[in-house]
Amino acid sequence: MNTQSSAVSGSFGSQGIAPAALSVTRPMYWSVRRELWENRSIYLAPLVAAAVFLSGFLISLIGLPRKMRGLSALDPAKQHAAIEMPYDTVAALIMGIAIIVGVFYCLDALYGERRDRSILFWKSLPVSDLTTVLSKLAIPLVILPLFSFAITVATQFIMLLLSSVVLLGSGLGVGTLWTQSSFFHVSLGLLSHLLIIHGLWYAPFYGWLLVVSAGAPRAPFIWAFLPPFVICAVEKMAFNTSHFAGILLYRATGPETYTPVPGSTMMDLMPALPPMHFFSTPGLWNGLALAVGFLAAAVWLRRYRGPI
Amino acid sequence: MACIEARGLRKTFGTTIALDGVNLRVEEGRILGLIGPNGAGKTTALNAILGLTPYQGELRVLGRDPWTERDQLTRDVCFIADVAVLPRWLRVSQALDYVAGVHPRFDRAKAEGFLAKTTIRRTSKVRELSKGMVAQLHLALVMAIDAKLLVLDEPTLGLDILYRKQFYDSLLTDYFDRSRTILLTTHHVEEVQHVLTDLMFINRGRIVFDCSMEQIESRYMEVMVHPGHIAEAQALKPIHQRQLFGRTILLFDLAPDLASDQASNHVDRSQLAGLGDVRTPSIADLFVAVMGGPAGDTQGAAV
Repeated sequence: MNTQSSAVSGSFGSQGIAPAALSVTRPMYWSVRRELWENRSIYLAPLVAAAVFLSGFLISLIGLPRKMRGLSALDPAKQHAAIEMPYDTVAALIMGIAIIVGVFYCLDALYGERRDRSILFWKSLPVSDLTTVLSKLAIPLVILPLFSFAITVATQFIMLLLSSVVLLGSGLGVGTLWTQSSFFHVSLGLLSHLLIIHGLWYAPFYGWLLVVSAGAPRAPFIWAFLPPFVICAVEKMAFNTSHFAGILLYRATGPETYTPVPGSTMMDLMPALPPMHFFSTPGLWNGLALAVGFLAAAVWLRRYRGPI
Repeated sequence: MACIEARGLRKTFGTTIALDGVNLRVEEGRILGLIGPNGAGKTTALNAILGLTPYQGELRVLGRDPWTERDQLTRDVCFIADVAVLPRWLRVSQALDYVAGVHPRFDRAKAEGFLAKTTIRRTSKVRELSKGMVAQLHLALVMAIDAKLLVLDEPTLGLDILYRKQFYDSLLTDYFDRSRTILLTTHHVEEVQHVLTDLMFINRGRIVFDCSMEQIESRYMEVMVHPGHIAEAQALKPIHQRQLFGRTILLFDLAPDLASDQASNHVDRSQLAGLGDVRTPSIADLFVAVMGGPAGDTQGAAV
């Protein structure tokens, strides 16, 4: 017994350093990779959307030289809007896809592992519930916005190149196209929009979905969407008010900074850097506090809940 | 230091009592079999030990509280809940990458070595593997982890006898090394007879039997009584009686006073040997005897 315990304490001492050096980042990194292995739709869905859009755009290029000739008669503002239109559309399309993927991902993230009992395998490894839930929250808040940004920019760049080739081939200049599409300025705006609105402003939405995913005994979709609906309905019935619906709408449409101004395109509304008053919007911090609360609830639930 | 120590461990689900004051102590380097009928509280006990469920009472695993210090314990405690829990979308290569990535005590070369002995391909997904292969993969992953405590809850459930045998063989030859502790539950008691060093029976949330395998050999004896000696043998108060091929088989506890039994009539080995053919009882026979109550009386047999 004595020799045994000394052997054990010896091995404990020598290995005590390794786990300490192995910081939080390593399990986090592998947990995020794990999510991408399981949920390939995170990058496949926006890629497919981009590919489909590009093939449609390719067909539309036939009419591009005619369109550009027609545009030259218009004033610069309208020219800008017309040229920018397909670029806006693809950005919006990929953003929409990313939101849909994010919602369905979150609903399944902590529910699927309970349903297929694999939670018992994940819990047998030294990855804490906090790390697991954080890695899952990172998908809609960080990974999806970054992927959508990369795919959108790549698609827009391909569109720009294809248009230039077509225009040069038909003997037209590409000057208008390149100056009016304001590619690089817009890209920065898109990145900051994705990270700030999708990553910070929408955080409580995704947090709520993760809580439902961690706790729902079955049918997480219904658990996620029915309660808000019921609250709105009851509030309307009881007090004839719609504060809750207003809060949801405010959260969904974004802070005032991004309310559209007539005459400008969607992309122009995305400043390269968010205005300082965005960070002093109480809505942002209230939302983030709520998201942290949801995160804690999801971690707590994952601890207690076993396989279904 | 005891590897696992529990005192008055209780767990209730609503009005159902899953663990009703469990006391147990498992020393380092033992292979303990926790055997019990369905619903006896085996899995609940294991879940408490693994920090998967909160409990009342006192419980220490490697000197730590498994519920509040679970994150610190997961490096030293490893478990297979059931072979069917590997996610079906996972590729074999991804499983190796992931465990190597998150577990500081995982020896990838060792796991690759185990897998090389099987027909499992690195590119396969878990859903493409047979149940036996999934078990082999899971075992290869777990055995390559240098853990202090390995907990196996019905690890061979649903596997055929060849795989079950292979499973325990490799557990003993490739994994167990006297500084590790293994705790396992199974319904195939006859197969773990020569694997275990210690045996516990659990019934209705209580430990009803706790004995090392060496103790069982010295303390319990089964006699296939010669027909002429039956009355004489029964007078020695066997703890269980059964019939086999027309012969009467009696099970004796040679040290009943240890179990705080009043009737301290010492039966000795030579006396029993004179009554018929003697042998050490199997785990299954002991289980039936302990669960089934004294001398063939089947009252309270919740099997």
